[in-house]
Amino acid sequence: MPKDGGIGASSKRREDIRFLTGEGNYTDDINLRGQAYVFFLRSDIAHGVLNSVDTSAAESMPGVVKIFTGADFEAVGSIPCGWQVTDKHGEVMQEPRHPVLAHGKVRHVGEPIAAVVAESLAEARDAAEAIVVDITDLPAVINMKDAVKEGAPKVHDDLTSNLCYDWGFVEENKGAVDKAFEEAHHVTTLELVNNRLVANPMEPRVAVGDYARGTGDHTLYTTSQNPHVIRLLMGAFVLGIPEHKLRVVAPDVGGGFGTKIFHYQEEAFCTFAAKACNRPVKWTSSRSEAFMSDAHGRDHVTKIQMALDKDNNFTALRTDTYANMGAYLSTFAPSVPTWLHGTLMAGNYKTPLIYVNVKAVFTNTVPVDAYRGAGRPEATYQLERLVDKCAHELGVDPIALRRQNFIMEFPYATPVAVEYDTGDYVATMDKLEEIADIAGFAARRKESEAKGKLRGFGVNCYIEACGIAPSNLVGQLGARAGLYESATVRVNATGGLVVMTGSHSHGQGHETAFPQVIAEMIGIPEHMIEIVHGDTANSPMGMGTYGSRSLAVGGSAMVRATEKIIAKAKKIASHLLEASEGDIELKDGAFTVAGTDKSVAWGDVTLAAYVPHNYPLEDIEPGLEETAFYDPSNFTYPSGAYACEVELDPETGQVTIERFSAADDFGNIVNPMIVTGQVHGGLAQGIGQALMENCSYDSDGQLLSASYMDYAMPRASDLPFYTVDHSCQTPCTHNPLGVKGCGEAGAIGSPPAVVNAVLDAMRSGGKDVGHIDMPVTPARVWAAMNS
Amino acid sequence: MYNFDVEKPTSIADAVKALGRDEAQPMSGGQTLIPTLKARLAMPSVLVSLKGIDEMQGVCTDDDGRVCIGGGTVHAAVAREVKDQYPALAGLAARIGDPAVRNRGTIGGSVANNDPSACYPAAVLASAATVVTNKREIAADDYFLGMFATALEEGEIVTEVKFPVPEKAHYEKFIQPASRFPLVAVFVAKFSDGVRVAVTGASENGVFRWTEAEEALSSNFSADAVAGLKIDGSSMISDLHGSGDYRAHLTGIMTKRAVAAIS
Amino acid sequence: MTQVKMTVNGKAASGDVEGRTLLASFLREDLGLTGTHIGCDTSQCGACVVHVNGEAVKACTMLAIEADGADVKTIESVANADGSLNVIQQAFQDHHGLQCGFCTPGMVMSASALLKDNPKPTEAEVRHYLDGNICRCTGYHNIVKAIMAASGQDVSALAAE
Repeated sequence: MPKDGGIGASSKRREDIRFLTGEGNYTDDINLRGQAYVFFLRSDIAHGVLNSVDTSAAESMPGVVKIFTGADFEAVGSIPCGWQVTDKHGEVMQEPRHPVLAHGKVRHVGEPIAAVVAESLAEARDAAEAIVVDITDLPAVINMKDAVKEGAPKVHDDLTSNLCYDWGFVEENKGAVDKAFEEAHHVTTLELVNNRLVANPMEPRVAVGDYARGTGDHTLYTTSQNPHVIRLLMGAFVLGIPEHKLRVVAPDVGGGFGTKIFHYQEEAFCTFAAKACNRPVKWTSSRSEAFMSDAHGRDHVTKIQMALDKDNNFTALRTDTYANMGAYLSTFAPSVPTWLHGTLMAGNYKTPLIYVNVKAVFTNTVPVDAYRGAGRPEATYQLERLVDKCAHELGVDPIALRRQNFIMEFPYATPVAVEYDTGDYVATMDKLEEIADIAGFAARRKESEAKGKLRGFGVNCYIEACGIAPSNLVGQLGARAGLYESATVRVNATGGLVVMTGSHSHGQGHETAFPQVIAEMIGIPEHMIEIVHGDTANSPMGMGTYGSRSLAVGGSAMVRATEKIIAKAKKIASHLLEASEGDIELKDGAFTVAGTDKSVAWGDVTLAAYVPHNYPLEDIEPGLEETAFYDPSNFTYPSGAYACEVELDPETGQVTIERFSAADDFGNIVNPMIVTGQVHGGLAQGIGQALMENCSYDSDGQLLSASYMDYAMPRASDLPFYTVDHSCQTPCTHNPLGVKGCGEAGAIGSPPAVVNAVLDAMRSGGKDVGHIDMPVTPARVWAAMNS
Repeated sequence: MYNFDVEKPTSIADAVKALGRDEAQPMSGGQTLIPTLKARLAMPSVLVSLKGIDEMQGVCTDDDGRVCIGGGTVHAAVAREVKDQYPALAGLAARIGDPAVRNRGTIGGSVANNDPSACYPAAVLASAATVVTNKREIAADDYFLGMFATALEEGEIVTEVKFPVPEKAHYEKFIQPASRFPLVAVFVAKFSDGVRVAVTGASENGVFRWTEAEEALSSNFSADAVAGLKIDGSSMISDLHGSGDYRAHLTGIMTKRAVAAIS
Repeated sequence: MTQVKMTVNGKAASGDVEGRTLLASFLREDLGLTGTHIGCDTSQCGACVVHVNGEAVKACTMLAIEADGADVKTIESVANADGSLNVIQQAFQDHHGLQCGFCTPGMVMSASALLKDNPKPTEAEVRHYLDGNICRCTGYHNIVKAIMAASGQDVSALAAE
């Protein structure tokens, strides 16, 4: 029987009511009295010397309030990078200045050069066209391998080269890894591309800056996954505004997928301009602007090799990756190909020796940063493609080869610096074989063949490290922030609760799922609990939502704060019941004296806290409000096994997903409906990456896939119903809820299964091409089939 | 968008008059034009909306049995109203863009714009339809002059398109996955005196007739007749969605499938 | 500026607009009906779908002037008179057919247009009908399920959880 409330119940989402009736409050729905609008004039040249920006004609255009150029921001800080990677020689990465508006040079198509603030957006754009920009074109560097060649044009003249860092992990293992390859019975080598993507949350970014002259208070409304992080980065590093004079509000946010983590120039601009113009300034991104100003994702080029012994045991793994940073370092960009990628290279396997090399490269493209999964999809894709290739080269079953090399005992310390606390990879693979109906595949293949189609089956495993992250550990790894989370639980006099959390919901359903946890702890109905988030003015300092961390880290903070509440409430109850505190039990919303029928209701205790007439004032303070900060002691390690079944039309190269099955281990689950929905969405993005999506530049740095006309977003008709199971549960051992995180799994775990299935289909048609790069478009499949 | 005036004439005559203004541009459903205006790729001073002209609305049959579709008729209406008379044309209209686009976009707008990846031009050309304007009637073979180019003169409006109804016809479309326009689509129309095959999405020169396929099919209307035919990919569109050679290949496949669907 | 008058969600509405003012902007900015969202500028995402004279259209690809005299219905008009969710909205909540909610108004407006024309659509019909509505969160699974459920079909066996 499904539960009807609390942990494990598929409670319907309360936030849906406002979203379904048009009453959501997204940033673009916020209009402040007297607001002006900004339009950014963006570079249409990928690389050039910015000789001059003449705004004189534009200044007198109708409606213009003020025009800003890079010169106005010379005294303002650089857009900061939140992570400093140290390279294999012990040197810190090269870190260029990242101006709010371009100054001296333009470095990618879409970089803002000038900003026109006007009475309307249309007038701002009209005036922007009257700005005369003089740029001397420079050769653009787009291809990463070309960018690091001797003599390549430099994206940043003040850096020694386009190489941001050359990272080796674990450098001390390199010799042993190379030796294992020399001694290997078999070596499988694979070269592949992890295609550049655009996150494309359906809500484009928006920023509204406001300034109150009377108080000197700044407010920024922004489409962010982490308002406190924006307040800190923008306030401390860019504009020099202390936290107590800067409020950042991220109201309803229409999807993030990573791209709304980062601090962007437009946020700093609107905050700055609101003061300079003494009126609110609003920016609303068009989708076309989003393509050239939202940080992109992925974009790795990798060579990966596996060494195996004569019994097909994995003995060593080494990788060589080029990772695109784009023209500037976005907030968490350096961490993605390193600590979020290299540490995952063990996957689900007990490979004893691993060495990962990553060269991060500046190019004249939009900055690249975390996108759903961030580093972990790149690790999973290369590893799981490689394992499949091993199996085919060795003539063994891909599932059997995986099973043979599975990690079987936990905790397990990998050779890449992380310790998996729990997992059961056999169980998820068993579950996958069941739900994917592998037994029925042969018959389904025959049916396809009768229609002139090829059918392929592909499988992969994945492991991810999420629940990001232990602050002391990430500090050692170069993070310039802590990654704890916070919660304040405020109990009102009549017993209802408000939880103020630093986590941010932009589709994940926190407003529904978080109350389930507290309802379970106290034994009261979920509707008595309200979640407040997204506003630095009314929630404690928190790090926001990304890296599948909200429940594992934010939820744990909420549990800790609620534990404090319960402890204090028990003290009050013991006073009211005239019993010893140790004898008080909380169950179903009432405090009872153990072994008696004496009890006092939750609401009577909370009332006493605020109307402390009969109250132990000498021992405890009135009121019932507690805050907790939770810093995890480890990452969490969700894992799973995925299977994809495709049909391939050999005449056109068209691939359709016929079945997709996902068996995940997320540890304990609070709301199965929401978890399933998270997996569905991740799968669609992973399948999108595998089959359709590709952010493509030409050699001059012009973005070819610059709108939905050319960037293929998956539609309903491109996707099937998915089969999703999360009944395999090995609870996380180090957080109080035993939860692991489910937001990124689908996107991490699905691309290799799709590509493995396509290659299987091609083989069944007599064509073994070894590898095909994503996106596996009809044109690419057709070309491969006819190569 | 740059700003512009909007005129909403209720007759063809008034529309023609309005189009006489400086920098005037006709707009039918606006489903291509409005996105173009948003990108500031066009700068009309007056937009003349053709939506309110009743005489350009609807479907009828003329004395020669031709299906006559008013230039202002939306795709959804064509999909509904010619289903019995010309099912291949109705099927084409029912799959242009998406439902909301089909409720606004018109045949006249599509034919006047002649996007190299639009659906309607393939039907017009393969059906040997007649494009009727406020000035004249233009045979399809004389109308399409290349990518975004037509025989229309400045201020000339497509008021109607008259389709002879073939014995059999079929439209086979392979979509470009982002825009959902055809990557390549082929309209095959079999008349008593021959077969016409029109290809859209593929060529740098816009919609075209594939005469080799027409000849082969006119003597033997079967998928086998075109199975071995090859078309040169060198003048085909080559972009991130597919090479010219791939489009050439798809032209053959789509033609074969269109024929197979009706033979 | 030109004055436009229309009926929006059953009430008379008017305003002065430029030629270039889109219906979506008029609804959002002049009438404060911010439930209609704008997610792209190439007429593909469908977050702005409203009904004009009973037909689903993209409000970002129609000029406000073109809607002069029309009967316009937006997401704000969909709920039952007592404020409770209508059958389509309720199905979206019951089947978790939304996450961030940004595409949702357009999805609901498209779904209601579909079910008016086709009261018992198949899965394939639902999926194809949504070609002009992009969702980045749900993977469409639960949207398709919700729409089929709203049509009165039993969806319990449609897809495994």
